[in-house]
Amino acid sequence: MNFIWNFPLFSVVSCLFCGVICSVLPRRAAKTLCWSLVSIVTLMSAGVLYFTASTGESFTYMMGHYPAPWGNEVRAGILEGAMALFFCVVMLLSLVAGAKYLDKDVEESKQNLYYSLSNLMLSSLLALVYTNDIFTAYVFVEINTIAACGLIMIKGNGRSLLASAKYMIMSLLGSGMLLLGITMLYDVTGHLLMTSIHEEVQNIVSSGSYSEPMTVIIALMCVGLAIKSALYPFHSWLPDAYGYSTPSSSAILSSLVSKAYIFLLLKIFFRVIGWEVILDNKITDILFVFGIIGMMMGSISAIMQKDIKKMVAYSSVAQIGYIYMGFGLGTLEGVIASIFHIFMHASAKSMLFISLAELGEVSRGKTLLTKLKGAGYRNKLAGVAFTTGAFSMIGIPLFGGFISKILFASAAVDMNSTKMVVTLVALAVSTLLNAWYFFRAVIRIYTPHRKEKDKYFSISTAAAMVAFIALNVFFGIFSDIVIEGIQTGLAMFL
Amino acid sequence: MGEFFSALYANLYETVAVVLFGIGFTTLLFNRNMIKKIMGFNIMDTAIYLFLAAKGYVEGRKAPIVVDGVTSMEAYINPVPSGLVLTGIVVSVSVSAVMLALTIRLYRRYHTLDIDEIAKAVQKEGK
Repeated sequence: MNFIWNFPLFSVVSCLFCGVICSVLPRRAAKTLCWSLVSIVTLMSAGVLYFTASTGESFTYMMGHYPAPWGNEVRAGILEGAMALFFCVVMLLSLVAGAKYLDKDVEESKQNLYYSLSNLMLSSLLALVYTNDIFTAYVFVEINTIAACGLIMIKGNGRSLLASAKYMIMSLLGSGMLLLGITMLYDVTGHLLMTSIHEEVQNIVSSGSYSEPMTVIIALMCVGLAIKSALYPFHSWLPDAYGYSTPSSSAILSSLVSKAYIFLLLKIFFRVIGWEVILDNKITDILFVFGIIGMMMGSISAIMQKDIKKMVAYSSVAQIGYIYMGFGLGTLEGVIASIFHIFMHASAKSMLFISLAELGEVSRGKTLLTKLKGAGYRNKLAGVAFTTGAFSMIGIPLFGGFISKILFASAAVDMNSTKMVVTLVALAVSTLLNAWYFFRAVIRIYTPHRKEKDKYFSISTAAAMVAFIALNVFFGIFSDIVIEGIQTGLAMFL
Repeated sequence: MGEFFSALYANLYETVAVVLFGIGFTTLLFNRNMIKKIMGFNIMDTAIYLFLAAKGYVEGRKAPIVVDGVTSMEAYINPVPSGLVLTGIVVSVSVSAVMLALTIRLYRRYHTLDIDEIAKAVQKEGK
């Protein structure tokens, strides 16, 4: 047993405790505690990643000395370590970059609660990544929902209250279905640990019994998590929730929350039910269809928006569609492309929301397309960040989006069926649509207009934005390392 | 057909639980009143707990607490579903509390519980 084995549990528990402590601390102390804790957890996640990458094996941490079928377990491999590290980095950057907007958007007496909620959020994200017990996953899904609802509604104006009510309603529908699925799965298999369920499911499937309940279970879990991660027909809560909350909340919600649910779905596919059983049940075909429709409808809705913040929010619907389409291809290449897209989209989307807030601030607080004229000159750094994010979303070479589109396309070409044609056409059309609305925004912010200096400059936001740009360029240029890591991580999953 | 109904009757608790889940789910999704939505959510979650409890119960056995020194496994029901129900209740209570707090804030601001009217008022407010 290595000391690093404790890190996953340490990071989850310390975040939970800090969430509690922050709620009674004064504003500045809460901020310091939260920032330093997230940094420490980032280091711990990096430690987990380094450890699993250097030993080349995943490890299982037994909690409370109860052995496998009874106790609760934490499991970490390369994919979990990388995901946790990535979540921590994006969380830290979003918090640092959005800190100056908190003073404007959140009452002073409630700012410590914001940090409290952020800590709860991070703890639930990490728990969803690391846990090896499906009921623990459900509990942390609910903690995540509550924290996300708080992060949306803390702004306190009418729109954000309504947005959080909508978010809550849809989210509860999703978690209800997930819980029913977990309940039925427990009844069929008699286990809660992912590893034990996996073995039992293989026995059940090979004996040929319980085939209908298994289909129902898979459908319930998939639909539940699809609602929570805003796959196309269930996306109604998303634009308001992302568009009307404070910038760091938008960044955290768009890049991390939906991705954690997708990662949980991935764990259910590979570690709980088993990939072959999922393919036999044809659920991937359904996800494929909705993913493709989502790619189209998300982009079309984005084009019709006048407010760029909502445009970027709708673009998330399209990008979530890409990820589900990758799962829907039903090959490991498709899944690898989807995981890469999770990394790429999360880093680009959080940067887009932050830079958009910066651009809006130098344009009289509005993010309407018409008001942003020339904003790229008034705040140069935010302009560069927005352009980087937009190029990455469109899929211009050197940026991450290009790599993920290539991965999707090559995964589709290997298929050699109708899915290949549909995927390639959808990728082409969706790229055009993306280019349409993102180029429109980029051209608008670089159209010369009145000159004015940025009066609201803040060194921490600027530093975070530079780090965001670096992160995005990293995914574009060093994609080989990331893809290799995903491949070995996925092999550990199986 | 008769076989179908006898199968339903044999799994009476589960059948009722799934019907209740449906009622709760549709109420949460379609009802416009916030309070009724929360009730729907609670019915939905309680239905799942009923399902779990029914699955954990074994006819003729006792609650898994050792009193008279009987340690045989055959004497007791499965304790895990009961534990899950307890955990689930805690989760749904806290979620209901958050939802109710949100409803109070919306009601104080817009003096209505109807989510469609709240949406209209927010549109009119325009910020």
